[in-house]
Amino acid sequence: MAPTTMAQALNAALRDAMHDDDSVVVFGEDVGALGGVFRITDGLTHKFGDERCFDTPLAESGIVGFAVGMAIGGFRPVVEMQFDAFAYPAFEQIASHVAKLRNRTRGRLGLPMVIRIPYAGGIGGVEHHCDSSEAYYAHTPGLKVVTPSTVADAYSLLREAVEDPDPVVFLEPKKLYWTKSEVDLPARAEPFGRAVVRRPGRDVTLVAYGPSVPVALEAADAAAGEGWDVEVVDLRTIVPFDDATVADSVRRTGRCVVVQEAAGFAGVGAEVAARVQERCFHSLHAPVLRVSGFDVPYPPPMLEHHHLPGVDRILDTLDRLQRDDEPDTRFAGGAA
Amino acid sequence: MVRKGRAMTQRRQDSGPDALLPSREPVRFLTEAGTAVRARPAYPVPDLDLLRLAYGKMVVGRRFDEQATALTKQGRLAVYPSSHGQEACQVGAVLAVEDDDWLFPTYRESVALVTRGIDPVEVLSLLRGDSHCGYDPRRHHVAPQCTPLATQTLHATGLAYARRRQGTDRVTLAFTGDGATSEGDFHEALNFAAVFRAPVVFLVQNNGYAISVPLSRQTAAPSLAYKGIGYGVPAEQVDGNDPVAVLAVLSAAVRHARSGAGPFLVEAHTYRMQAHTNADDATRYRAEGEVELWRKRDPIARLEAYLRKRGALTDGDVAAVAAEAEQFATALRARMNTDPSLDPTDLFAHVYGEPTPQLREQRAGLETELAAEVR
Repeated sequence: MAPTTMAQALNAALRDAMHDDDSVVVFGEDVGALGGVFRITDGLTHKFGDERCFDTPLAESGIVGFAVGMAIGGFRPVVEMQFDAFAYPAFEQIASHVAKLRNRTRGRLGLPMVIRIPYAGGIGGVEHHCDSSEAYYAHTPGLKVVTPSTVADAYSLLREAVEDPDPVVFLEPKKLYWTKSEVDLPARAEPFGRAVVRRPGRDVTLVAYGPSVPVALEAADAAAGEGWDVEVVDLRTIVPFDDATVADSVRRTGRCVVVQEAAGFAGVGAEVAARVQERCFHSLHAPVLRVSGFDVPYPPPMLEHHHLPGVDRILDTLDRLQRDDEPDTRFAGGAA
Repeated sequence: MVRKGRAMTQRRQDSGPDALLPSREPVRFLTEAGTAVRARPAYPVPDLDLLRLAYGKMVVGRRFDEQATALTKQGRLAVYPSSHGQEACQVGAVLAVEDDDWLFPTYRESVALVTRGIDPVEVLSLLRGDSHCGYDPRRHHVAPQCTPLATQTLHATGLAYARRRQGTDRVTLAFTGDGATSEGDFHEALNFAAVFRAPVVFLVQNNGYAISVPLSRQTAAPSLAYKGIGYGVPAEQVDGNDPVAVLAVLSAAVRHARSGAGPFLVEAHTYRMQAHTNADDATRYRAEGEVELWRKRDPIARLEAYLRKRGALTDGDVAAVAAEAEQFATALRARMNTDPSLDPTDLFAHVYGEPTPQLREQRAGLETELAAEVR
């Protein structure tokens, strides 16, 4: 079996979805002849024609608003926002219309559409190309927010996103586009709303999603050398959120660290931490901690490695989990 | 036979970008007194039957509008943006399209929606506050009334394109006001519509004010219809208080779109006789003299005078229409004077096709709260 990259798996998912359902259309900036700046739509125009996969004017709000109209008209649009920060012009369409139309019309106008967004950092991108924008979407009721961390999930979750009756913001971790794995496509994995234990362990649960999952797994391997048996949970879909799998894991391990690239304040990690302590308080031996990017605008490429949560920062955080019931003095200051 | 002259359906074949430009003055068939203007515009005159129909709809629409304003004063509606003065535009737009051509209205289009045949109680759901959209959009081919400005023009464009792709000759009609032409989505919609030749008619009701801000702060363009040429969209400007002209121009715009020639932009010069909503105070930003000026251009009075002169409307007809309007208002008043029955757990019903586990939990929590209230 030849190894497949995440980019190839996403491309295959779009191709198979278009093959299986004539109403699936793909459009956005540079998705036609070029095949997208990351080549995720490579060959789709050639195979299906430019009525099925087409370039649009360079206007993100226009792309998403146009997709809303096409979805009302019976199509299943899959639109590409070229980069995370370039999706912001479409935010009003996403927050005020895409997320709300089913609710506003009491279920009469659902919007089966997918907004694909290459997101997050770690590729040496210049500014406005590396934002972790998941919290904006996850905070908006009516959207499903999905982010794969494996090649098989990239295929399976994207197929499910296209088939879903509701709008899906599909966040593709850019730095994982070129990761390879031997998978048989078409592959179907666990459905939306199911987190997966990527690595079982007994001492602590690392909760991660998208680009942070491989980092968490690497940290778990390194931690084994220090005597920690670390479990890694991959959320896969931030919305719907799988409380059951996360809580079940933390009740077993008694400790939890959440890892995310995004700035920590008011982020998804904060939500996970809150949900864990609400559900697992009596099982916790230590406070739930977060490892995240700093609360700063995404840094220039030569500094991004200081910003992104890496193995060392995760290991340092594990050291603060009061394994020997010593109180964590880091929060002793007045500011905390 | 009416001489077509520079009729819009032929303009696309004209050479050069000038064909995209609107007339230098708004198209007008009727004087303020409702007599025919001397130089008749180069558009087919709408049938008298259609104009009689429009008259009836406008009278009912105005009475509906007055009733809605009264209901707001009585606390039955949370807010009401009046259409008074803009009846020619709202009724004309609906009568210029077919019943299965989709409309994309704003919050001010209540009269248009009543004209489409939607139950007025369903039309007022949004403004009463019991539902974001009281009617079934698919049944009436009417999108929910849109509050974020110009956003729905893109939906109209996408849907128009979708239906053309499906092999139909359906068009969509998107309503906006003058203020919304400053929003980016308006421009993106014109551009997308032109690039994809989407059969959508954009109707800008230029009523002079975006709440309090006058047109001079929205644009330095000669008129809003000139926004079309930059996108390759042909455009026209029309006297929005002249129902004959509105119907003539919009019908031509719809023919243009339906023929496969792409989008069309119509700017209707009109006036909002009332404040922005009941919560607004128009005396802070416009003079009573200006309102008086527009009172003389009342679209219903003009059409009534015209139809009477043409022998197409008698005293009896006018009385019958007035009685119908009164009956309409009475029935609406009676139905709006009872509180709607609402199920609070409906909050969770249509967030997703299937509720998430979290929404099920929250619904159960609300049910517990409700049960405690009953006890």
